[in-house]
Amino acid sequence: MATTRILEWLGRFYIVLLLGFLYLPIIIMAAMSFNASPFYQLPFEWTTDWYASLWQNDQLIAATWNSIEIAVITTIISTVLGAMASLALYRYEFRGKKVLQALLFPPIAIPWLITGTAMLIFFFGIGIGRGLVAILLGHVALALPYVIVVVSARLQTFAPELEEAARSLGANQWQVTMRITLPWIMPGVIAGGLFAFAVSFDQFVVSYFLSTPGQTTLPVEIYAAIRKGFTPEINAVSTIIIVVSMALMLLTARFFKFGGEK
Amino acid sequence: MADQLAIGSRRGLKPALPLLLPAYLWLTVAIFLPLSAMVFFSFMTDLPLAGKDWAFTLGNYAAFFSQGLYATLMLASLRLGLEVTLWCIVIGYPAAYVLAKVLKGRSREAIFLLVILPFWSNGLVRIFSWAMVLREGGILDTALNAVLPFKINIDLMYSYPAVIIGLVHSYVPYMVLTCYLTLQAIDDSLIEAGRSLGASRRQVLWRVIIPLSMPGLIAGAALIFVPVVGSFMEPRILGGRTGTFYGTVIEDQFVAVFNWPLGAALSFILLAVVLIILALAAPVLRRAG
Repeated sequence: MATTRILEWLGRFYIVLLLGFLYLPIIIMAAMSFNASPFYQLPFEWTTDWYASLWQNDQLIAATWNSIEIAVITTIISTVLGAMASLALYRYEFRGKKVLQALLFPPIAIPWLITGTAMLIFFFGIGIGRGLVAILLGHVALALPYVIVVVSARLQTFAPELEEAARSLGANQWQVTMRITLPWIMPGVIAGGLFAFAVSFDQFVVSYFLSTPGQTTLPVEIYAAIRKGFTPEINAVSTIIIVVSMALMLLTARFFKFGGEK
Repeated sequence: MADQLAIGSRRGLKPALPLLLPAYLWLTVAIFLPLSAMVFFSFMTDLPLAGKDWAFTLGNYAAFFSQGLYATLMLASLRLGLEVTLWCIVIGYPAAYVLAKVLKGRSREAIFLLVILPFWSNGLVRIFSWAMVLREGGILDTALNAVLPFKINIDLMYSYPAVIIGLVHSYVPYMVLTCYLTLQAIDDSLIEAGRSLGASRRQVLWRVIIPLSMPGLIAGAALIFVPVVGSFMEPRILGGRTGTFYGTVIEDQFVAVFNWPLGAALSFILLAVVLIILALAAPVLRRAG
């Protein structure tokens, strides 16, 4: 079938075009961060000055540390709380379980603009106000549903007989959880944790509404810088972010894959 | 111990509660209470803070319905959502088909990952990267002028098409993902059966493949349409002055104009629109999920 083969080659060509569409802007942005001209003039002249000047930018560095701190704390809290909730949803049957599971979707499905502004109003009303604490509260809430969904997916592959066997051999609830269940769902927990880190580290909208000038995260700082005007420094910091977050997702994909295969 | 030895899932909310409570309390404090507070707040005249006078009012909602501006912007945002979704289908569906039915083995896995990867990287940064491409004297401009014999100026930056391009770039991986999942589940023998019974390629596409992959299409459409209607950062960066949409007006109420009650009302109206759309898509999503 000659036509089939031609169509298949057209299909492959199309995929290449799509990948070009997806990656070219990112590659160009990265290239421009190594270009000497501050106005993005061509011809291209290699420099790493923009990366060097990032180190002089205290505001950006402070925001970067905030982002990393918040992402790490978000990961820890949401992974622990999320894994606990997933275990409960897996182990127990009770009225309203379906409702609890359904409640995980609003935080994922409602646009962050709405969630973010609602958080701003509420946190202001109860006296938490804006700042890093408010951002952390918000990030954990956004990450939790992802962790619960990912860990629950892993739990689907767990055989409850293993827990029963351990229990009949005299293990108590804590031992069963720590020695049998947790090791089995670990790939799911790690994948969930990486998801949580990515959700927090890349989060812009919610952080934007909850930050104040001194207490802000990297994406918010970048947004402010973009609105002031484009500079190669933004390209440099953006390039670093995109490399970090893509590496993180590749890692997640690996773990999630392992979760699915075993 | 005896009750714990019971086979299968255990009953009762009591033993589950200590495990569930922390997560759901957190969600309540950071998501559900804020959403309720926003509704409450949208009926107020002013912030009930710092001793300011406030009263209940319907004025914020009246503003939406009486001033044509907000309704117009809502329509503009809905139109934006529709256009971006359509482009994502046009661009994403064929790619999902090639991934699911043409590519095999390792190359399929690798390319699938490559398509999905940008989606999980920073959205703000990806929108910014288009500014490099689209602006006058940018890469697109320079490249086209190097190839074409005549001088043209491509200055798409700060225009409606720029916003569309940026948003499609942001969301097309979603469509590829959801369509890929449903297309992959279609048994090849169904397609072959259709062909051997004399159906043309086009007939197989319209009568077999598209109907069977409809859940993926609708799931993808809902997952793209909803956030696009509420987008504000993308129009701000790529749209400039032409980038005023419903989302940017809400942003203004909170960060520039400081009319929070009006912002809350506008947010809540958006939430209502979003919930209606999700409710319409829910039966299909449930079947697909």
